[in-house]
Amino acid sequence: MRLLLTEDEPELLRALADALREEGFAVDTAEDGEDGLDKALAADYDAIILDVMLPRLDGWEVLRRLREKKRTPVLMLTARDRTSDRVRGLNSGADDYLVKPFDLDELLARVRALIRRSANQSLSHIDLGDVRIDLALRRVSKAGENVELTARQFALLEYLALHRGEVITRTTLYEHLFDENEFSLSNLLDVYVSNLRKKLGHDFITTRRGHGYCIEVS
Amino acid sequence: MKFFQSIRGRLLIWYGLLLAAMLVGFGSTAWNLERASRLRQVDAELQDRMAIVTRALREYHPSEGPSPTAMNLRLSPDDRALFSGSDGRGCYYLVWLREGKPLAQSANAPQDVPRPDHDEVSVRQRGTMREAFLFTPPVDCLLVGRSVANDLAELRKFALLLTLAGTVVLALGLAGGWWLISHALRPIGEISNAAARIANGDLSQRINTSQTESELGELATLLNSTFARLDAAFTQQARFTSDAAHELRTPLSVLLTQTQASLARERCAAEYRDALVSNQATAQRMRKLTESLLELARLDAGQEPLNRMRCDLSLIASDCAEMIRPLADARHVSLALNLAPAPCEADPDHLNQVVTNLLKNAIDYNREHGEVRLTTRRENGCVLLEVSDSGIGISPEHLPHVFERFYRADASRSNGSRGTGLGLAISKAIVEAHGGSLEASSEPGQGTSFVLRLPAR
Repeated sequence: MRLLLTEDEPELLRALADALREEGFAVDTAEDGEDGLDKALAADYDAIILDVMLPRLDGWEVLRRLREKKRTPVLMLTARDRTSDRVRGLNSGADDYLVKPFDLDELLARVRALIRRSANQSLSHIDLGDVRIDLALRRVSKAGENVELTARQFALLEYLALHRGEVITRTTLYEHLFDENEFSLSNLLDVYVSNLRKKLGHDFITTRRGHGYCIEVS
Repeated sequence: MKFFQSIRGRLLIWYGLLLAAMLVGFGSTAWNLERASRLRQVDAELQDRMAIVTRALREYHPSEGPSPTAMNLRLSPDDRALFSGSDGRGCYYLVWLREGKPLAQSANAPQDVPRPDHDEVSVRQRGTMREAFLFTPPVDCLLVGRSVANDLAELRKFALLLTLAGTVVLALGLAGGWWLISHALRPIGEISNAAARIANGDLSQRINTSQTESELGELATLLNSTFARLDAAFTQQARFTSDAAHELRTPLSVLLTQTQASLARERCAAEYRDALVSNQATAQRMRKLTESLLELARLDAGQEPLNRMRCDLSLIASDCAEMIRPLADARHVSLALNLAPAPCEADPDHLNQVVTNLLKNAIDYNREHGEVRLTTRRENGCVLLEVSDSGIGISPEHLPHVFERFYRADASRSNGSRGTGLGLAISKAIVEAHGGSLEASSEPGQGTSFVLRLPAR
């Protein structure tokens, strides 16, 4: 899952980006509104975390211009917690709203919920045969047995599971699993897929040669 | 009772009493004048008739035979007609001889008219009868009378009319007075209503002064300007508090994110150490911010202790310049000093803080290899300190706001080394507490210059 984090406070930006990356997100960052808007329009993010008070372009303006072109889920961060501000945020197309200072767990939960909702996945777990993927607890079990996965492996599985039945190209996968600063080796994806197959069964992920990967819906 | 204690009630009662007294005075005078005039008319008529009877009596002579009677008192038929009306309409006459013997009387004379006494004046009122009399030879007493019942009845009617008119005038007067007083006092009601709404917390309320052109209008205008100042002070206070809370929320977010992320899983000692170092930096930033907020609050309340003494602004400036030189060197900014003596009476520590802050801003917002000029001199009874930089300047739209609390022209100016956003506000407050002024001017692209003025010693 690839996120865009737009925040003008360098310390907060760094701390948040680190925390999000540890949770398995690929995170792009922007320190002002213009940069944030450019990135948001250029790439297909799974969600955008947008601070309201930004230099150059404030969060409201970024949101307004983004909504003219894209439906990317947006979570607004703000230091103002008056009801009128929340209402304004939700009315102008924000999908969720969080007031500073926030709890990291709440931010993570809300971002994941946003991503699930935008993939029309209302439950917090997905059952595929005897494999159960718990999206909230970040856990996978096969026939009741817990399966240990790295954050990246889980992210790959989550993306394919949320888009199950669709063929996902390698490019799309690269775009959603790695952020702008990562120099990704072209065979890294094959390594992740092969690891997942070892743990969940060889037929769990099918390869469409020349197209991409897919989790079939039985 | 409430009505009698109100201004309106008391004014109205006094006004009503005065009006009633005036009306009673006018009414009774008018009635008395009318009564006197009518009686004078009756008396004149009676004198007229008296003359006729007197003439007739003169023409009679006792030698002419038997004493004259009513029938034979020689009156012309016209004159006789004057004494013929009955029912008190016409006049009557009576004539007495000496010893009270009646000599003659008209046919319509009432029974039992007593003969007037000598000591009575020439006119008397007997019940509804008005009678004039004359003691004259050749007879003893001559009396002419007439009923004034009709006149008295008309006078009563006149009195009734006067009372009625007086009552109407009093009622109209009271109603008019009520309206006038209410109208005059309405602004007081408006003022107290507005004050009540303001007391209830709605500081945007104002008194409507369009209807109060009287003396109360001045009061209302004065109160309105007081309310406006209160409102502005409260708004400024509220904005400051909300800004302060906002400024503290950001470092709090950093602190929470960092600690919660660190605690999410087991980490190695180096990672914990990094997190703690970062937390410490954040906490220091919060400490600086709260200290600045408290200092500003003390300056606002006039409680910041100023230790004024004789000092020289040029010496303070050179101290500050030496202290800040390492920072200027690190940024490759040159410091140019042009310090002429500038004696004043001030708190050197606080002035040091102001000058250091101005110099630090001038270095932070300068271009690479730029220049900061620091000047002091005496000018027109003032001492003056000027700090000018060769940075990008401040655009005219932002310039008026640079001294506002938490105002940042553009976050990109901060170059990552963010201040509290309170430095210039505190500097200005300190200079103003000394009775001086701090002003900014800027030429975008050329640089910014801050001028500090204090009264010279």
